[in-house]
Amino acid sequence: MDFEFREVKVADPRQITLELKALFTSQGLAVLSTHDHGQPYCNLVAFASSEDLKHLAFATTRATRKFTNIDEDPRASMLIDNRSNRVADFHEAMAVTATGHAQETIGPEKDGLLKLYLAKHPHLEDFVMSPSCALMRLEVLRYYVVSRFQHVMVLTMKE
Amino acid sequence: MNIIIPLDSIADAEAPEAGGKAFALSRLFLSGIRVPQALCISREAYEMYVRSTGLLERISLELSRKDFRDMRWEELWDSSLRIRSMFLNTAMPSALVKRLRGPIEDLFGDRPVAVRSSALGEDSTSASFAGLHESYLNVQGIYSILDHIRLVWASLWSDAALLYRKELELDVHHSTMAVIIQELIAGRKSGVVFGRSPVDEGRAVIEAIYGLNQGFVDGMVEPDRWSVARADAAIMSHEEAERERYMAPAANGTSLEYLEPEARLTPPLNPEEVLEVFRLAMKIEDLFGVPQDVEWTYEGKSLYALQARPITATASRGLSDERYLYRSLTRSFENLKKLKTRIEDELIPEMEKAADAFPSADPAHLGNDELAEEILERSATYKAWERAYWKYFIPFAHGMRLFGRVYNDTLRPHDPYEFMDLLRSSSMLSIERNTQLERLAAQVKQSPGLAAALREANGASAFPAFEEALSRFIRTFGDLSCYSARCIRDDSLIRALVLKLAFRPSSGVQARKQGMEDLEEYYLSFFPDVHKSFARELLDLARASYRLRDDDNIYLGRIRGHWEAALEEGKKRLTGRPIRISDEDIPRALKDPGFEPPPETENLGETDKTLVMMRARQLVGQPAGSGIATGTARVIAGEKDLSGFMAGEIIVCDALDPNMTFIIPLAAGIVERRGGMLIHGAIIAREYGLPCVTGVPEAVTLIRTGDVLTVDGYLGIVVISD
Repeated sequence: MDFEFREVKVADPRQITLELKALFTSQGLAVLSTHDHGQPYCNLVAFASSEDLKHLAFATTRATRKFTNIDEDPRASMLIDNRSNRVADFHEAMAVTATGHAQETIGPEKDGLLKLYLAKHPHLEDFVMSPSCALMRLEVLRYYVVSRFQHVMVLTMKE
Repeated sequence: MNIIIPLDSIADAEAPEAGGKAFALSRLFLSGIRVPQALCISREAYEMYVRSTGLLERISLELSRKDFRDMRWEELWDSSLRIRSMFLNTAMPSALVKRLRGPIEDLFGDRPVAVRSSALGEDSTSASFAGLHESYLNVQGIYSILDHIRLVWASLWSDAALLYRKELELDVHHSTMAVIIQELIAGRKSGVVFGRSPVDEGRAVIEAIYGLNQGFVDGMVEPDRWSVARADAAIMSHEEAERERYMAPAANGTSLEYLEPEARLTPPLNPEEVLEVFRLAMKIEDLFGVPQDVEWTYEGKSLYALQARPITATASRGLSDERYLYRSLTRSFENLKKLKTRIEDELIPEMEKAADAFPSADPAHLGNDELAEEILERSATYKAWERAYWKYFIPFAHGMRLFGRVYNDTLRPHDPYEFMDLLRSSSMLSIERNTQLERLAAQVKQSPGLAAALREANGASAFPAFEEALSRFIRTFGDLSCYSARCIRDDSLIRALVLKLAFRPSSGVQARKQGMEDLEEYYLSFFPDVHKSFARELLDLARASYRLRDDDNIYLGRIRGHWEAALEEGKKRLTGRPIRISDEDIPRALKDPGFEPPPETENLGETDKTLVMMRARQLVGQPAGSGIATGTARVIAGEKDLSGFMAGEIIVCDALDPNMTFIIPLAAGIVERRGGMLIHGAIIAREYGLPCVTGVPEAVTLIRTGDVLTVDGYLGIVVISD
């Protein structure tokens, strides 16, 4: 039923983290935003999130513009949403903006994220495993959670 | 699919398109029962309308602004009013008009009709909630009929329907409505028959009034009532009504008229007619297989069935829950007029008397036992008045609502709350109190010596005129420190407030009053001459309702203040005890030095704070006072927050009490958890022209004193700066 859709207590941190996890599971793609000396630059990337929501992983080859941008300035942002390209999005959709610092993963950290990433996107295995490809992670400092068109909550991640 | 279905061709297959009411009428017609001529506008028309005009998504947005569980009845009413306003201001697409116009004109021409809802699912045995949707009688001419079709459609989203949304499975994308256009039978007498009484299964109940049935349905006219044994058709009882009024067709609507003396003495039905109505109910019951609730009318000697629906268990179940209370609050015009007299002439003077009766006993001079008794007595008085408040004053707020509806239906304004401008007045007690405060502040502003004396905190004894004015203020309005009343303990709060008012940075906001006469004339110009006196009476009623909405709280606040003053004294005497004692236990603890309260239950509301720190960035409520303001938030949790309030701050509170409004002239904006457009906060914001957002869930927990807020009173949004 339509009205039941948003019957959640958005002001409850536990509830909101559950909602974030559900959203991150349901969505495959995110918009990644980096910048080149102040010029913003957006891409679609396949992503996965860590269990504690502290990291968002995505993959890119090292020759890309986004990789170069991050290499020069790790500040980045990602947008994940569940819009369906209908008018109903205005009241039904949820959009989450994550801000933080991005970098390539290495060592044991990479192993953990890679497992999560491939569990979500098994079809990308060849791509991710290629020597030219880097598994990146955004260390999230904040989530801006927008629901019901204009209701906005900010989650600051603890160290 | 047919968009217009004639009554004789609503076959079973078309029932889903026509709704329960139309389907039942069609069955009655086909089985030879006399029913008025009618046409059904199928659900297809509603769907075309809401889809092609974009209304569908606008309704969705309106209803998903906020979690339904956080919405109060008043907010549901507001949502419903806004949706109704959307229907009023959204024309039917011309393609739809083209398809409807011909068949309606062909059948009815210029004859008066009734336009009735025939909701899908309504009137079925699974969901029968009478009176959730609307009917309009005596509608004449194609344009008026088309207009009223939209009003009936809008009633799919009536406040009552929203209240029962779960049972009705109300859903923006699936709920829909068909409409019946029925020849108006100007019955001399009308009524309802319940084929089986809800309280006695062996009997049928017949209720009858003179005139049109609308008078009965709206609760404006009291019916005569008969019960008839179902087994042998014997009339078992007849309760006579005090017959005074009847509903008659009047220029494009109905009006309540006085009965001729002869009719007042004669029951509307004679025994043969009672039995004829009874037999009609039984015949319809045979047709449908279950007992029916039938509306009927007599035109001359001809008995017509106007509509029939099954009597269901759900219908009576609806009466037992608290929503019934809300629905019972909705009052008719006549009923509200009576309530106004009662409140103004009896209840308010009594409340004043009750408040004045207290100061004889100063709590500080009482022994512990006496104080305990005094607390109990004051609490009982307060609670009795609180009950009266719910019983009489809260329903009277519907005076404003009724006016709002009539205003919107007649004037079709873009802003559904434009009607509030006509209600503003400076005679509200809280405004009067603030005006007096401003006068005191003006004295201070003009006299640096007086200001200095006030700052010194040694009083202003050298300024007798000011002292006299101040004590006059306190005698009238109390000292503000206990939100109210004449519990004078400390006038330093008022002194500090007057200083703040005198030296606030800007000249501050002023209660607005603009060309009220012009507004009134504009409003009245929309009514035909025959309805002007009704329009005037309704405006008077609404103004009284608006004023009382405020004043009643202040009167009640004074009574509450006395109770709190005694309670305060009790608390003071108990401060030495090692345990925390709740307000309810104070009298017992005063009497019994060894009293121990039962252990507190554990607080299970802990939230997971390990992972994240959460705060609000932007919160959505209702736009309740237009304008934008940015300022520092002050969350009002108690008296201290009121006395610490600084000019230019934004009030954030759970519910703005009229007894708190003295800080409004200092405020830049208002944010309130309690929702509604007609609540005190919204009313006062409009009076002062302050941006105001109400109905922000958890406003007082998500916003903290010191946060920088932007209150967007146009869109109903509160932004919290980082």
